[in-house]
Amino acid sequence: MEPLIRTRGLSKRFGPGCERCLVATGPECETNRCNYCGSVVACNDVSFDLYKNEALGIVGESGSGKSTLVRLLHFEWDSTGGSVELHADAAMQLIPELFDSGSVYSRNLLGLSPFQKRQARNALMGIVYQNPFLGLRMNVSSGGNIAERLLGAGWRNIGRMRERSAELLEKTEIPVDRMDEPPKNFSGGMQQRVQIAKALSNSPLILFLDEVTTGLDLSVQARVLDLIRTLQSELKLSLLVVSHDLGVINLLCQRTMVMKYGRVVESGLTDQILQDPQHKYTQLLVASQL
Amino acid sequence: MLTVEKLSKSFTLHILNGKHIAACRDISFKVPKGAFLGLSGPSGTGKSTVLKCIYRTYLPGSGSVWYDSANYGRIDLATLSDRAVIDIRTREIGYVAQFLKVIPRVSALDVVMEPILTRNGVSHDEARSRAVDLLKRLRIPEHLFDAYPATFSGGEQQRINIAHAVSWKPRLLLLDEPTASLDSESVAQVLEILKELRRDGTTMIGIFHDHELMTSVTDSIFTIC
Repeated sequence: MEPLIRTRGLSKRFGPGCERCLVATGPECETNRCNYCGSVVACNDVSFDLYKNEALGIVGESGSGKSTLVRLLHFEWDSTGGSVELHADAAMQLIPELFDSGSVYSRNLLGLSPFQKRQARNALMGIVYQNPFLGLRMNVSSGGNIAERLLGAGWRNIGRMRERSAELLEKTEIPVDRMDEPPKNFSGGMQQRVQIAKALSNSPLILFLDEVTTGLDLSVQARVLDLIRTLQSELKLSLLVVSHDLGVINLLCQRTMVMKYGRVVESGLTDQILQDPQHKYTQLLVASQL
Repeated sequence: MLTVEKLSKSFTLHILNGKHIAACRDISFKVPKGAFLGLSGPSGTGKSTVLKCIYRTYLPGSGSVWYDSANYGRIDLATLSDRAVIDIRTREIGYVAQFLKVIPRVSALDVVMEPILTRNGVSHDEARSRAVDLLKRLRIPEHLFDAYPATFSGGEQQRINIAHAVSWKPRLLLLDEPTASLDSESVAQVLEILKELRRDGTTMIGIFHDHELMTSVTDSIFTIC
């Protein structure tokens, strides 16, 4: 089976950059800021494959570049280099114009026009942020939040959009009779579930989860994680799970990448990363687990 | 079925200033198809390490682990890609760890049903009835079927662990002290189930604390010292 998404050499630098940026940053230098020009190398040369119905974990401490990675893949930030390609089986029907005739993988998504990027995002991707304020409009009704995204994906019929919103809220265990209430009325766990409902509304192939359970109390965290597991197996989603919590990664992901100062220092099977970590930093991370 | 060649594994502990710990060295053995090999040796000689290297929970340091896969042909598990290892774990190789590690908040019945459903392509009812049979044979009280194994006693957890690993009839089964915390009646049940699995063609490698028991279930023993 070929990967759904093929990412190669993905990089992001903030600042002017100089010849020495790459040798002056990274885990060996214990910094991601170049001493010579002041640029920050947020992530550098990240390559990975994501398969259909697979959950890939990305762990690392704050500032390791894991959220940057998600923002690049979700086209929120422009990358400094690298490529992201989609498999034709997954995306050919939805956005045929991304594919040159006869090729199995799309053109580099990072080089698309803003319009095409938006189109690709609306057709294929969903995202859930740690902070629900980033993913939701807090003053707009929950149903309206979902409808907004459906509008972006080309839906026009109000009745059908309402139906779909109710269906998604039910799936994420939000009482449907509260769909007209704005998320600001909800608890943290409920807000997170509305975010998940919104992220799923366009039936994405890829779901990005950026620290989705950080800051929730344990029982609420458990419910959100159970929901994600159920939805993944039901919808055959590909997940990119960003977390600093090895427990979350262990629960959701079969494969894991470990990041530090903008670089991938290690990747492997999740149980191997946890029981036989190779890199100095991964060993520290595993040993620091509660 | 499986040929381990000069397998060595050591750990470099960066936290302890790069301290080097050798876990096993130069291990070589063969397991023919359908056979049951026992691994013996004093504790700390690397028996579990060998099993974990085969299952790739540990990255083998050097040497090879040749496995005749039904789907991939002859492959070296020591260097196989992560994706292929996941696929082989799903379709061919089972592993019973010393301790139960299951997903929290999943009932005992679901823990045992899940591998049958995802691997054997049978209906929900069929999977359920197979799982129920297995749990009953392993003497798990029926009122615990919908409870979470994390709350079970040590012996019950170990039986769930075994049921989870054998329910889908893997081609190769790795057993790390599967009977360690069981009473004699449960041990007898487990051995009976293992015997049936072998009759159905599963090849096995096992570590048993009890030497007498090991000689009675396995057909050859490899001693690590």
